[in-house]
Amino acid sequence: MFYRENGQFKTSYRKDQQIFTITQDRWAILALVAFAFIGVPLLVDEYLYRAILIPFLILSLAALGVNILVGYCGQISLGSGAFMAVGAYMAYNTYIRIEGVPLIVALLSGGFFATLVGMFFGIPSLRVKGLYLAVATLAAQFFCDWAFLRLGWFTNYNASGSVSVSNLNVLGLPIDTPLQKYLFCLSFLVVFGLLAKNLVRSAIGREWMAIRDMDVAAAVIGIRPVYAKLSAFAVSSFIVGVAGGLWGFVHLGSWEPAAFSIDRSFQLLFMVIIGGMGSIMGSFFGAAFIVILPIFLNQFLPVLGALMGATISTATVSHVEYMIFGALIVWFLIVEPHGLAKLWSIAKQKLRLWPFPH
Amino acid sequence: MGFFLEALFGGLMAGMLYSLVALGFVLIFKASGVFNFAQGAMVLFAALAMARFAEWVPGWLGTDSKVLANVVAFALAGACMFVLAWVIERLVLSHLVNQEGVTLLMATLGITYFLDGLGQTIFGSDIYKIDVGMPKDPVFLFESLFQGGVMINLEDVYAACIAALLVVVLSLFFQKTSTGRALRAVADDHQAAQSIGIPLNRIWVIVWFVAGITALVAGIIWGSKMGVQFSLTTVALRALPVIILGGLTSVPGAIIGGLIIGVGEKLSEVYFGPMVGGGIEIWFAYVLALVFLLFRPQGLFGEKIIDRV
Repeated sequence: MFYRENGQFKTSYRKDQQIFTITQDRWAILALVAFAFIGVPLLVDEYLYRAILIPFLILSLAALGVNILVGYCGQISLGSGAFMAVGAYMAYNTYIRIEGVPLIVALLSGGFFATLVGMFFGIPSLRVKGLYLAVATLAAQFFCDWAFLRLGWFTNYNASGSVSVSNLNVLGLPIDTPLQKYLFCLSFLVVFGLLAKNLVRSAIGREWMAIRDMDVAAAVIGIRPVYAKLSAFAVSSFIVGVAGGLWGFVHLGSWEPAAFSIDRSFQLLFMVIIGGMGSIMGSFFGAAFIVILPIFLNQFLPVLGALMGATISTATVSHVEYMIFGALIVWFLIVEPHGLAKLWSIAKQKLRLWPFPH
Repeated sequence: MGFFLEALFGGLMAGMLYSLVALGFVLIFKASGVFNFAQGAMVLFAALAMARFAEWVPGWLGTDSKVLANVVAFALAGACMFVLAWVIERLVLSHLVNQEGVTLLMATLGITYFLDGLGQTIFGSDIYKIDVGMPKDPVFLFESLFQGGVMINLEDVYAACIAALLVVVLSLFFQKTSTGRALRAVADDHQAAQSIGIPLNRIWVIVWFVAGITALVAGIIWGSKMGVQFSLTTVALRALPVIILGGLTSVPGAIIGGLIIGVGEKLSEVYFGPMVGGGIEIWFAYVLALVFLLFRPQGLFGEKIIDRV
């Protein structure tokens, strides 16, 4: 009833090429963004920012980057955690080695170095594909883990091996309280989300998708695989690198290489698969699911245990959490292999006809 | 020279163990096209089962015999792996037929989490010992040739022998038995195998069970070397370069790849490691495999990948 597109005519090319061609979509997204900027700060307390909202924003940015590579260009990567690490550490080095460099410039330079590293480790994708590539990208993960742990230059020869930043500010405004951090991350996410959305529906995005669907056929119709694959690696690792910088600077404050271990890579890939490969919206769904699920289980299991009259030790809770997490992933893959984004589009399709389906 | 040989032997022994884990990967990939990330978790699970059963069995049976305890524990752990294989086939794989490789990969990652949690919930999460009576003393070889000779851990030699024995048994099983023939048929072509009456589901259970047994053997060997603990799961990550080097579909590839990686890792650690600060064995194997891949994308012994539009 409310989600009808009849009567909305596209009378110019401009109108035909809008991001959201349906008026209701446009308003819904605008309302959502406005709510995120204005409504959320009025409603939410500090714990929610720290535990859920800020990790969610940063990880959905990273998932967005991974989705461009995995979902749109079809190159499976298990090295995303490494690209996050490169972003974080190079942003840190820019920040402390160049006097008075603005925070945003430091973060973007982290993204720039992640791009370089990503393109370097993307070179094997020109020769190998599929699962071979997935394992090959692990080389990036282990190499970066080692480099940031063992090579002193990256951590500024810090004895403990961890690095930390403080007194962040943008244009004189401090990034200190959870609310400021939240708004800062949100702005990044909105800008990059818009960029990504536009990239994937442009010529280069279509090239990526052609490569994903069948690279030989794409090469035959004149798409350069080298250019398409490496550009996907570049864009993806830039976004992932910036997300890594945000994760280190804004969310953690001080961090070690373990923050960007192989588990992070798996987590990002989970987000993309559960959210939906090849869908910008899906990255957000996936990130929300993966961020909230462990917190929910953590809160819920002891309560459930108490209800059943058994006290569960913390160690057991964390093990059972693992089990449920794993089982849910498998269950989810069986029930909806195309991810949450697919459910979303089915719901929209239903809503279009509701309440008069004929 | 003695030093070099020592490193070389050490590398070969380690490589044998990598091959053992890699073998589990290859078996499953050949038969069901699943890239089984859970192999590491299976190693941990099997080793935990073995260690704990060996601890509990004397109490249950009321015997003091260590041999009996170990044998019973091995049988029980094997039974666990069988149940696991059956459950995985029933609940996961049979629902995911015809899905893409990535989806299956993710499913095995889910299984990994589940197994890690399950193993530690049932069997506890401390460090346990497995004692199957492997000798711990070092022996010296070639003492007449060099001064001091070459020191070799007898335990490593035993482990390598067990691994080699397992490989021989497995290849006999594949070549000589009718089940083995069925397995090879499925690996060759699912549809053709099914059309001549080979039950795919049962074959998958068998393959996962065999992979589970190799995981159990690998778990016992690694466990008796360094104790059964959570870090055993990383053994699987160390074995991944082995299979891309050897080729995802080749059993001899897994073994030769394992030896190459083992030796390369050890020698690089000994000779290049000190130059860049040590600890390079964690990524050296991957980079080595990557360089190989640039020249032979299907691995050393993998089937040639032919793409047609």
